[in-house]
Amino acid sequence: MTREETETSGEDMMIDDPKPKIENDFNVHYLRIYYGNLFPYTDIHKWLSYGHDGKHPGCDEYYFGRREFSFTLENDVYLRYKSFKNASLMEAAIKSNFPYKIDIGAVYSVDPDKRHAYAQSGTNLFTPVERELVFDIDITDYDDVRYCCSGADVCSKCWPLMTVAIKVIDTSLREDFGFKHILWVFSGRRGVHCWVCDAKARRLTNEQRSAVAEYFRVYKGNENNAKKVDLMGHSLHPFLARSYVDFIKSFFEGELQATQSIFSSKEKYEKILGMITDEDIQADLRGKWENSARSSLSEEATSLLRWEQLKKALQSKRNKALSLRTCVEEIVFTFTYPRIDLEVSKQMNHLLKAPFCVHPKTGRVCVPIDPNNCDEFDPLAVPTLSQLIEEINSGGLRMDVDDDDSDSSLLGKSIKFFRSSFLEPLLKSCKEEIESSYKTKIAKTKDSFSW
Amino acid sequence: MEVIRSQKRTVSNDVVSTPTLPLYLTAPHMEVRLEEFELFAIDRLRVLKGVSDGLARARNPNEMDDLVETLWKEHMRLSNVSEMINKDIISHFVLRLVYCRSDELKKWFLSMETALFRHRFRLKKIEEQRAIVGEFGLPYKAVIGAELESLKERLGLVARSHGQISSDVENIYYKVPFEEVPDLVASRRVLLQKGFAFVAGTQLVSLVVTQFRSHLSKALILTNRKWTTTIREREKDRLTPIVEALSTSYLGPDYSQSNEYADISLKDIDQVSKSSFPLCMRHLFEKLREDHHLKHGGRMQLGLFLKLDDALAFWREEFTKKVGSERFDKEYAYAIRHNYGKEGKRTDYTPYACSKIITSAPGAGDHHGCPYRHFSEDNLKAALSRMGLSSRGMEDVMDKVRNRHYQLACTLTFEAVYGTSCDTGINHPNQYFEESQKILKSKTPAAPV
Repeated sequence: MTREETETSGEDMMIDDPKPKIENDFNVHYLRIYYGNLFPYTDIHKWLSYGHDGKHPGCDEYYFGRREFSFTLENDVYLRYKSFKNASLMEAAIKSNFPYKIDIGAVYSVDPDKRHAYAQSGTNLFTPVERELVFDIDITDYDDVRYCCSGADVCSKCWPLMTVAIKVIDTSLREDFGFKHILWVFSGRRGVHCWVCDAKARRLTNEQRSAVAEYFRVYKGNENNAKKVDLMGHSLHPFLARSYVDFIKSFFEGELQATQSIFSSKEKYEKILGMITDEDIQADLRGKWENSARSSLSEEATSLLRWEQLKKALQSKRNKALSLRTCVEEIVFTFTYPRIDLEVSKQMNHLLKAPFCVHPKTGRVCVPIDPNNCDEFDPLAVPTLSQLIEEINSGGLRMDVDDDDSDSSLLGKSIKFFRSSFLEPLLKSCKEEIESSYKTKIAKTKDSFSW
Repeated sequence: MEVIRSQKRTVSNDVVSTPTLPLYLTAPHMEVRLEEFELFAIDRLRVLKGVSDGLARARNPNEMDDLVETLWKEHMRLSNVSEMINKDIISHFVLRLVYCRSDELKKWFLSMETALFRHRFRLKKIEEQRAIVGEFGLPYKAVIGAELESLKERLGLVARSHGQISSDVENIYYKVPFEEVPDLVASRRVLLQKGFAFVAGTQLVSLVVTQFRSHLSKALILTNRKWTTTIREREKDRLTPIVEALSTSYLGPDYSQSNEYADISLKDIDQVSKSSFPLCMRHLFEKLREDHHLKHGGRMQLGLFLKLDDALAFWREEFTKKVGSERFDKEYAYAIRHNYGKEGKRTDYTPYACSKIITSAPGAGDHHGCPYRHFSEDNLKAALSRMGLSSRGMEDVMDKVRNRHYQLACTLTFEAVYGTSCDTGINHPNQYFEESQKILKSKTPAAPV
């Protein structure tokens, strides 16, 4: 029962090779079981309600109902502007549609499925009001600097690029921007998503989101320009300096050399030589490396040696031109610094895939990633749909997601992490905020009686 | 503001106390002569148009400061200061009426007035700047003493990362929530810590500009409401015709209504792309033919330029070579019909002008943007030689590019390709196309283009 699995638009616009994929990790029968028994409806509902559970007088009971969801169904039918008043309605809709993909959009001023009722007056009353600050990092955006894979594939050699990206961005979101409630999620195949859920983040305007995305942006280029990272100035901005010193320098000089051997062939090192603006240095290094082609060193050792030679050559000429001084950092940044998809972050109405969905091409669940342990994360060890079903069948376990013993199961670990590291602290903070803004409101109305 | 016909004008006392850089927070109480209503607005519009040109040429901030100073002197100067302030205020409010009437007009006006304000602010002395900040009533705390000491080293790094050679740091920094200075955050011109930006005294402009823009944006919405509900009708014999004339007169033709394109049929498009497309569109078109795909930015830029009768068929023909027709229908058809105003918001987007294309930022896998700006020298030269430029012609063009006159470079290319001069200069890809078609049709009236 094979179907043509397709990946719909949303965060990526790349077209995939029509290679026949192993399809037994994902099929609609397994998907039904997954949504029937395993998907954490209550947790997702709790998250997206941000404390508006009706238990406090300051709660907005209609908040969850104003959130847009979209479903992509098995025959590529795309349903937008779906909204649900409560968790049961959401669960019922998912269980009757069994979508291949669920996207989460913004919280709007009115229920998305009632938006037409407000469209008459000309001024647009259907507008996004809140939306998490989101980031999408996809490894295909690094294709020009990874030599082990390209396109849809990912392996243990190039995945570390994602790990470095998480570390750099997560640290900056916390240290520079002061955000606290950050959820990193595996996109299911070859990337990661980041959801920043602080109230301040949810209320950012498009312009402010754009500013944060641009703050993170370093790589500016496409095939039409040779030098894609331009770090001008006499020093790095403290954010870039910290990222360099704490994460990317050691990654470049260590793991990257071992996995990518970026100097080991002429084609590879020419790309790097093209980033050096001094033609004499280029020629000098080229000469050295062409002649040592038949060295007995391993690929990795060759790469490291050539990197040292390059640094030395630049060091000796560093006072000649400003551009040479930052050249070393520019090369390092080109190969390792995070490349986020700016368009995803800039607009409030952009939809992004929900955590705990299953990726149709790989059958893997979009599980959370712990940013403090992201070195340990292995995208090829993430539970697949068939493994989960197998687990149910063999153990005879009934997956009760509220069961405390659930952390021993494949999915249970992820759900437990989601709850303890992310959901609980977030809800605590939301409650406090609802409480305090309610108190302020009451105080104000009391004052207003006095006139 | 009251518009009258009398010869005398009474100036209210409020004017004397306003600073030399008005914030336009409230409509002034003064009487305006009808002739001044129009003339003042036209002069200001000349200034705004000049600002727009400057931005399109990607002038750096110091160049823009000079440009604004020159433009202001040329068009807005009057014999005494209070008259000048009057003209400033009156012209701004008149143009609000003119430019509040559609989203596109609002957007243009907001951008230009904000840019104008920014550069006029930058030209003021620091004490005047601080006074203006005060007028907006902004509650920012100055960072001094021990807190400043602890940040000094990193503040120095920020300054050096933008060209300053020493690690000297200013005397006063303001601690401001990062949300209030988005442009400083985006360009990494401030130190950030736990959600706060440390804004130098000399960077106050960013704070103020954000406030200015936000205020003006809201004001335009209110003005629009007032216009549509009362003013337009009440003034239909007097001010309304003037207001309506003002918005179309200085921005050049509106290419959203153009019907030149009904003339390109799908079968001719390859040839037309080589003969009449400007370089930016030719590049996108070639890449589309080559890869059978374009990313979003490219689809927008090329798609809006083309405005074909049967655009959907055009895109479908290309994309289905790679993507398959089922997938095209599901994934891309919606987006393309959206561009042409047949889905969703149903806005018929206007084709991008050069100023917008130049300021876009193509990233990995993108092919949009302005080749004169975004291509490396070698790639640009190769592309120009494919357009048929001689090496001397190319040198002239590259000279313009090196001086960042991207539109002039395109104009020179046009002149070289068609052997005529283009006095008005190219500021819109559709303009390039139209002019080119005119020339080609006049040369060989019977031959197919």
